[in-house]
Amino acid sequence: MRRLSPFNLVSLALGLAFLYVPILILVVYSFNASRLVTVWGGFSTRWYVALMQDRALQEAALTSLGIALASATLATVLGTLAALALTRLGRFRGRLPFAAMIYAPLVMPEVITGLSLLLLFVAVGFERGAATVTIAHTTLTMCFVAVVVQSRLAGFDRSLEEAAQDLGCPPLRTFLTVTLPVIAPGIAAGFLLAFSLSLDDLVIASFTTGPGATTLPIRIYSEVRLGVKPEINAVCTIFIAVTAVVVILASLATRRAERREAVSS
Amino acid sequence: MPDVTDRRTSPGERLIVALPYLWLVAFFLVPFLIVGRISLSQTAIAQPPYTPVLDLSAGLSGIADFVRALSTETYGLIASDDLYLFSYLKSLQVALVSTAILLVIGLPIAHAMARAPARLQPLLVVAVMLPFWTSFLIRIYAWMTILQHDGLLNQALLALGLVDTPPVWLATDTAVIIGIVYSYLPFMVLPLYASLQKLDETLMEAAADLGCPRWKSFWLVTVPLILPGVGAGCLLCMIPIVGEFVIPDLLGSSETMMIGQTLWTEFFSNKDWPVASAIAVVLLVLLVGPIAGYEALQSRQIREGR
Repeated sequence: MRRLSPFNLVSLALGLAFLYVPILILVVYSFNASRLVTVWGGFSTRWYVALMQDRALQEAALTSLGIALASATLATVLGTLAALALTRLGRFRGRLPFAAMIYAPLVMPEVITGLSLLLLFVAVGFERGAATVTIAHTTLTMCFVAVVVQSRLAGFDRSLEEAAQDLGCPPLRTFLTVTLPVIAPGIAAGFLLAFSLSLDDLVIASFTTGPGATTLPIRIYSEVRLGVKPEINAVCTIFIAVTAVVVILASLATRRAERREAVSS
Repeated sequence: MPDVTDRRTSPGERLIVALPYLWLVAFFLVPFLIVGRISLSQTAIAQPPYTPVLDLSAGLSGIADFVRALSTETYGLIASDDLYLFSYLKSLQVALVSTAILLVIGLPIAHAMARAPARLQPLLVVAVMLPFWTSFLIRIYAWMTILQHDGLLNQALLALGLVDTPPVWLATDTAVIIGIVYSYLPFMVLPLYASLQKLDETLMEAAADLGCPRWKSFWLVTVPLILPGVGAGCLLCMIPIVGEFVIPDLLGSSETMMIGQTLWTEFFSNKDWPVASAIAVVLLVLLVGPIAGYEALQSRQIREGR
């Protein structure tokens, strides 16, 4: 039986503290009555009230949500297809450059991706705005979806598909009734990842956006550059709360699906 | 596994490949060619702000004029001005230092995660991942609050009597490295955890039974086996850090710029598209080796996973 050594426990505790204390401080100070971000002036929700009057920020949030929803949907379709191509089609022609194009965006510095996409849009005369940001985010996030779905496909028992096909089930129907339910948790995780990456992105959006399409990170960044502000703490707290709830629900759903699978097999 | 290599691809399968393939060619590959082409141009006060512009209506002579007007002048500028050289070196230095720190901090955390009771492990993975899901910008902003002159770090240091005068944190390299280590920690911990978790523990037990001290068996048995995970983690962090923009911009000083900031300034402030493109091309050339290494590790991992 393995046991955690004191060294293990200390590194785990310190590691988690390092990850969570800054976020915790941010959340606590969003309820600070004082305008000074570092002096505690009592509990207050005034910064949340101030947010409700900030139209520009709300518009930016809506723009971001729209782009995230559209790009995550597109990215999920394209990324799932890419994952299927990489795991199921063997060595088709052009597989190597295809795989390279899937993995490269994962580590490519954002300034390069952003600049190159902007130059493309300028070269073809595509007017910049929410649509170009959506295309840019789809390109980046479909690769993350592909990797997530691919790992789910790699651990998948292919004899199920073969059995269905031996019994005369056409390929498309096999995919929809056998493959899809099994890889669905991977696809859902990929969608969430794509959604949150899009919602989070500042650099690529700054390059590819145009007038009238200010996303939430661009808005927050322009405020933050001028210094620390309690309103921003409040925005961040809302953001953190929403993502925490979504991620925890998603991981619970995945675990339940996995447990069900473990029972049925 | 059945051999699918010699099977003929059906139209449906061709569509599966074609859609994502064409998308990536159009929006990932072609843009790089355009970056390369604009890096060979000169700045102009025009729309778009560079010259020459290919004029297809002039036919073949238009193309010939276009090709003659291309020049490598921007690359000469980058090579001759120390500003760019320092910027590249600075980025490399920050990336190497922070990747080393990430490895030193990440390894004990990943090791503890892999040794935790199996029931707890998925929970720990979520716990490490969760900060990554909250916005990147928010996490850097959190550190701005902590590191500012009258911030919580200095308050704590003064209260503990560790310093007499509050040290300056913001606008220093230390702040940039703290921000980078904080933001990239999940990217280091998770690949390390994945390879430590797959490790066969009986190997360590065998080493212990034969009288090998724990630190020595870790060095002689564990480390060689997790080397691919270490490589993947280090590259996954190091490559994007080299081009990092937001962290040095918000936490660093404006005097020593990392290359991502230099590119950003050339593009947005100086409106010099050709120089920004040339910086991107040089950066890409520098990173081609590490990126290829990362891809090799990735595809190996996926092959082994099957």
